Amino acid sequence: MSQTNSSINEIIKPENLVYKKPSVLNDNPMHYCPGCSHGVVHKLLAEIIGEMDIQEDVIGIAPVGCAVFAYKYLDIDFQQAAHGRAPALATAIKRLMPEKYVFTYQGDGDLAAIGTSETIHACNRGENIVIIYINNGIYGMTGGQMAPTTIEGMKSSTCPFGRDISLNGYPLNITDLLVRLEGTRYVTRQSVHTSAAVRKTKKAIQKAFVYSMEGKGTSIVEIVSTCNSGWKMTPEGANDWMVENMFPVYSIGDLKDI
Amino acid sequence: MAKIKGAVVVDTERCKGCNLCVVACPTNVLALATQVNSKGYNYSYMEQENACVGCSTCAFVCPDACITVYKVKLDK
Repeated sequence: MSQTNSSINEIIKPENLVYKKPSVLNDNPMHYCPGCSHGVVHKLLAEIIGEMDIQEDVIGIAPVGCAVFAYKYLDIDFQQAAHGRAPALATAIKRLMPEKYVFTYQGDGDLAAIGTSETIHACNRGENIVIIYINNGIYGMTGGQMAPTTIEGMKSSTCPFGRDISLNGYPLNITDLLVRLEGTRYVTRQSVHTSAAVRKTKKAIQKAFVYSMEGKGTSIVEIVSTCNSGWKMTPEGANDWMVENMFPVYSIGDLKDI
Repeated sequence: MAKIKGAVVVDTERCKGCNLCVVACPTNVLALATQVNSKGYNYSYMEQENACVGCSTCAFVCPDACITVYKVKLDK
């Protein structure tokens, strides 16, 4: 079966290229831990912005949390909001510059804890923004403390024996809450643990960007993610744990699309 | 029958050795090297070069965008 055995160097030519780092993502090495889902989502954003050719027309809002340095990696206009206030800032930017694509990039500690009010009110007003919501069920940057989204029985540094519902209450499923609001147009929950999931998430974010220019309400893309450092697991172990434990609580799929 | 062959190039300085590409590869091409880069990470490399089909699965799941994929179709 020995065919024309073209060596590796013959394959590695510009004309055979099928995938490379998107140019919107710059060369700064990302500060995220090895295996962090943030990197994949940054890469997807860069790909989408490049493919839609909107690099000059997109404004991102960075949160407080691990993704606070998102502006260092994506070569687009960026603002950085106070903790949890990204939807409020995005509201202002979108109202002043309605021709721009405006998105917020927030974690669960930012969006579902300190920023709950801003999130709910921005969605209720039906602001034409995109909210990218990274939900890993933990406060990653500050050392893995329990977040409102921490699922029952999940261990964190402030609940080392697992979250106890009678003591800490129930996990906050804020995306399901936002579905009920009149102001939201597109609400979806995705993940980035396999290549198929990454492709689906890319389509969802792309759709959200398109919808944000149609003036019919807020688009929210939740991405159920891992925090292997905070969860004290290996990257692949964290992915398996997420599939087994997070997906039953945070089910994947489109929740609202009108 | 046309045969598809692929190759990946890993930006070894950018790679953090998270192993996600290694477990994602459907043809078990990739492995973590015993050598380390300047930050001390065991970077990913093509161990079974001939098995690669250029499907880009590794590149899709890579959190640090350090994989470039090439693919050719060999006739006959």
